Amino acid sequence: MINLDGDHQAFAEEIKVRSGINFNTCLQCRSCTNGCPFLEGMDYAPNAVIRLVQLGLEDQVLQCSAIWVCVGCNTCCSFCPMAIDIPAVMDSLRHKALEKGIKIPESDILSFHTEVLNTVKKYGRTHKLEIMMRYKLKTMDLLSDMGVGLKMLKKRKLDLTPSKIQDKKAIEKIFREK
Amino acid sequence: MKKFSEKNEASRRPERLKFSFFPGCSLKTSGHENTLSLLKFCDRVNVELIELEDWNCCGSSSAHSVDHAVAKMLSMRNISLAPKGIPLMIACPSCLIRIKSMYLKLKKDNALKCEYEELWGKPFDEDLEIIHFFEILNRVRLEDHIDHPKEKLKKLKIAPYYGCMLSMPPDLRFEKSYYGIIEKTLGKLGADPIFFGYGARCCGTYLSVAKPKIAQKVVNEIVLKAMEAGAECIVTACSMCHLNLEIRCSLENPIPILHFSELLSMALGAGDKKKWFPRHLIDPVPLLEKRGLLTLLN
Repeated sequence: MINLDGDHQAFAEEIKVRSGINFNTCLQCRSCTNGCPFLEGMDYAPNAVIRLVQLGLEDQVLQCSAIWVCVGCNTCCSFCPMAIDIPAVMDSLRHKALEKGIKIPESDILSFHTEVLNTVKKYGRTHKLEIMMRYKLKTMDLLSDMGVGLKMLKKRKLDLTPSKIQDKKAIEKIFREK
Repeated sequence: MKKFSEKNEASRRPERLKFSFFPGCSLKTSGHENTLSLLKFCDRVNVELIELEDWNCCGSSSAHSVDHAVAKMLSMRNISLAPKGIPLMIACPSCLIRIKSMYLKLKKDNALKCEYEELWGKPFDEDLEIIHFFEILNRVRLEDHIDHPKEKLKKLKIAPYYGCMLSMPPDLRFEKSYYGIIEKTLGKLGADPIFFGYGARCCGTYLSVAKPKIAQKVVNEIVLKAMEAGAECIVTACSMCHLNLEIRCSLENPIPILHFSELLSMALGAGDKKKWFPRHLIDPVPLLEKRGLLTLLN
């Protein structure tokens, strides 16, 4: 058994409470890592992320790219023999990193999430065209993928006007109450 | 004897099933051909869908990634809108996971239930049934609506692609698994499903925008494996998977990607192909023409 010191223990405990997931049952069998389709884009493999949290290594785990590259496809946790909800742990780690104001290594992914939520806040539903345009502006990457964007427009895959909900107050409440 | 034939007659005219319908943003705003063919299919098999009034985005991947409270409340509001007494049908796997997880959480957490009731001013519906579109296929007998089903899809070789639909998070692990339902249903309608081993591989979701290179690699692998296994087309059950497989595939001459609902509707002869196929980035018309399947459509 590894005894953690105060800070490390406190961090591990906090993530456990936030996510509601007991990651200490992890056997380090790497089933999650073997199944992960996005492993190549990650600095730490999913099992290593779990290990870092178990050991309470706050800085390493909050600064890693893996927690942002993970899309939460649930492949890992459906393979996990201990049924650990790894994407839920990743969620809690992202929230903590944002709260602490840590420099996010995958700023493009964060920009994308922010733009998605901006359209949800405005219309109650996502508006793909606006998300893409604002995302492109924000990341100052206007030219790459133009071909794909134009093809999508041509095939009417991107509605020009947003689909909106009527009860705007409800959405305001959701974004205010948080 | 008379009784038997009466019963038989009644089963040929099954009662109309009714569901409230949550389309989600992908079906509503980019996968129009998916929505159109899904509505057509349901109508054809005597299933009535009533769109959930004023539904909002489930929060998608972004809300739970960066804002837990918003994710929670977006799902809660959708649950609060569901009419009592009829099941809520969700067509998008990702929306289903978000909304159903929240529903199960609410069910076992009294404090959360209080929060819900305070927020939306109505009691929590303990009996709401939330299902995926797949479940409808368990509740209707296609044989009741079609003659000679086996002849319809003319042994079209399909690669069934479920994406992450089959990978349920641990809190949904006791829910029904639908593995095999595309094979079973389209097989019954005369298609020839092939196994290619990548049917449950994630399509990359939003990495398609934020990390196109990663998404491209994943997508190419899925499409290539289907082609190597001899598939003539891939069948998807999710509008976003469909979009990603189309826009991120950089292989030469990739096979077309069809929505499950398109093939279902086609087999049942409910066609308005002019509205569906021009919205595909990889044109499925040459394949369908070659296989004599366009005549299924009017």
